[in-house]
Amino acid sequence: MLKRRIIPCLDIRDGRTVKGINFVNIIDAGDPVALARSYAEQGADELVFLDITATIEKRKAFAGLVERIAAEINIPFTVGGGINNVDDVAVLIKAGADKITINSSAVKRPDLIKEIASEFGSQCVVVAIDTKFTEDGWKVFVNGGRMITPFKTVPWAKKAEELGAGEILLTSMNTDGTKSGFSLDITAEVSRKVNIPVIASGGAGTMQHFRDVFFNTGCSAALAASIFHFGEINIQDLKKYLKSENIAVR
Amino acid sequence: MIAIVKYNAGNIRSVQNAVSRLGFESRITDDPAELMSAEKVIFPGVGEAGSAMAYLRKSGLDRIIPEIKVPVLGICLGLQLLCRHSEESDTECLGVFDADVKLFPPVDKIPHMGWNDFITVKGKLFKNVSKDDNVYYVHSYYAEISSQTTATCEYIVPFSAAMNRNNFHATQFHPEKSALVGETILRNFLQL
Repeated sequence: MLKRRIIPCLDIRDGRTVKGINFVNIIDAGDPVALARSYAEQGADELVFLDITATIEKRKAFAGLVERIAAEINIPFTVGGGINNVDDVAVLIKAGADKITINSSAVKRPDLIKEIASEFGSQCVVVAIDTKFTEDGWKVFVNGGRMITPFKTVPWAKKAEELGAGEILLTSMNTDGTKSGFSLDITAEVSRKVNIPVIASGGAGTMQHFRDVFFNTGCSAALAASIFHFGEINIQDLKKYLKSENIAVR
Repeated sequence: MIAIVKYNAGNIRSVQNAVSRLGFESRITDDPAELMSAEKVIFPGVGEAGSAMAYLRKSGLDRIIPEIKVPVLGICLGLQLLCRHSEESDTECLGVFDADVKLFPPVDKIPHMGWNDFITVKGKLFKNVSKDDNVYYVHSYYAEISSQTTATCEYIVPFSAAMNRNNFHATQFHPEKSALVGETILRNFLQL
C-alpha cells in the first residue's frame, strides 16, 4: 500500500539551517546536511530545503549545498526559494535536487510551471500555495504571505495541475506557526479537487495533528518544520504512533 | 568500472552518488565502446518515453543497449524503455522484456508517488529484502506483469516493480532514493 509521507522542512540562510535544534547526536546544529542526515535516519520520507537568503549572490552558493545534500542523503529531496526561470531550475537539478518548488513566481507567471515541467518532467515540479481564509473564502497569498492575490485557492491548485505541476504543497497561513493543527477543510478540498498528490503544511503541533490530517483529508504527505527542529516530535515516534492509529506509513 | 548510460533523462547524478556511497566508481557515458567494456551498466531515467527513445535512436544507443552482455540495471523510465512498447507518446521501446507499458487508470492520484511495499519479491536483486520493505516510486506509467517480472507492487493495479531477463535487471522504483532498502538492492546488483 502507498504510504503517507512525513516531510521535515529546513529553512536555509547563507547555507546554514536557520532554526535551532537540540538533537544530541548532531555536533553542528546549523549544518543542513547533518540535520538532513539525522532526519533521514529517523525515517523522514522526503526533505524540503527552502533557501531564504536575501541576495542573489549568496543564492548561487545554495547550489553548492544542494550538491552536498545530494551526495550524502539517500531519500528524495525538494529545494526552493528564489526560482524565477528554467535556468534557476537547471542549476538545482544538475546539482542533484529531485524536485524544485515554486510559489510567488508561479502566481506571477503561471506558464513557468509548464516550462519547467516540459523541460524536467512534472514529477519535479512542486507548486507551493500559501493560502488564508478571508471574507472572500480561501485566497492565495504571495511574497511570503505578505501579499494577497486575486486567485482563489482551489481554482489555482487546479490550474497548477493543468499546467503540469506534479504535486501541491499547501500551507495554511491561518494555522502556520500556531501549533493548533492543520487546516483540515481546505486541505481536504484541494486534495479532492486535484488528481496529483497534496502535501499538507502549517499548524503541526502534536502527533495527533498528523493523524487528523491523514484521517480526515486525502493529502499524501504532511510537512512540518519547527516541531522537528526543536526535537518536540521525533519522526520515529511519530510514525510508530501513526501506525498504531492505522495510518499507513513507512 | 560501472557505466551509467548518459542520455536526455534526469536523475543520473543521484544514481552516481548512490553508487559512490556504496564504494564503487562509475562513469556517466554514452560512448558505445565504454558501455560494452564496462563491468556493469546502469540505465537510469526520469523523463518522457518518446523523447528518450528518439534520443537513443539518434545516438545509436537503441542498438547498443540490447547487445550489452554484462549485468544491466534499468531504473524507472529505464525499466519502461526495456519493455516492448509504451503508451506514453505511443512509443516503440527496446523490447528486452516481453511486456507493455501502460498509463495508470485515473481512479486515484497520478503519479504513483511515494513509498510502497511489495506484493511479491524474488531473485538475486532482492537478497535480504522482504516484501514488507518500502521503496520510493515516482511514475505515471507502469509495466504490466509478465513472466519476467521478479517483484510486484500494487497501486490502482498490480504492476511490475522489478523485472529480469538474462543479464537485464530493472526496477520501477528508485533504489538510489530508497534509503537503506534501496542501498541493499543496489549493492546486490553491483555484487552480481
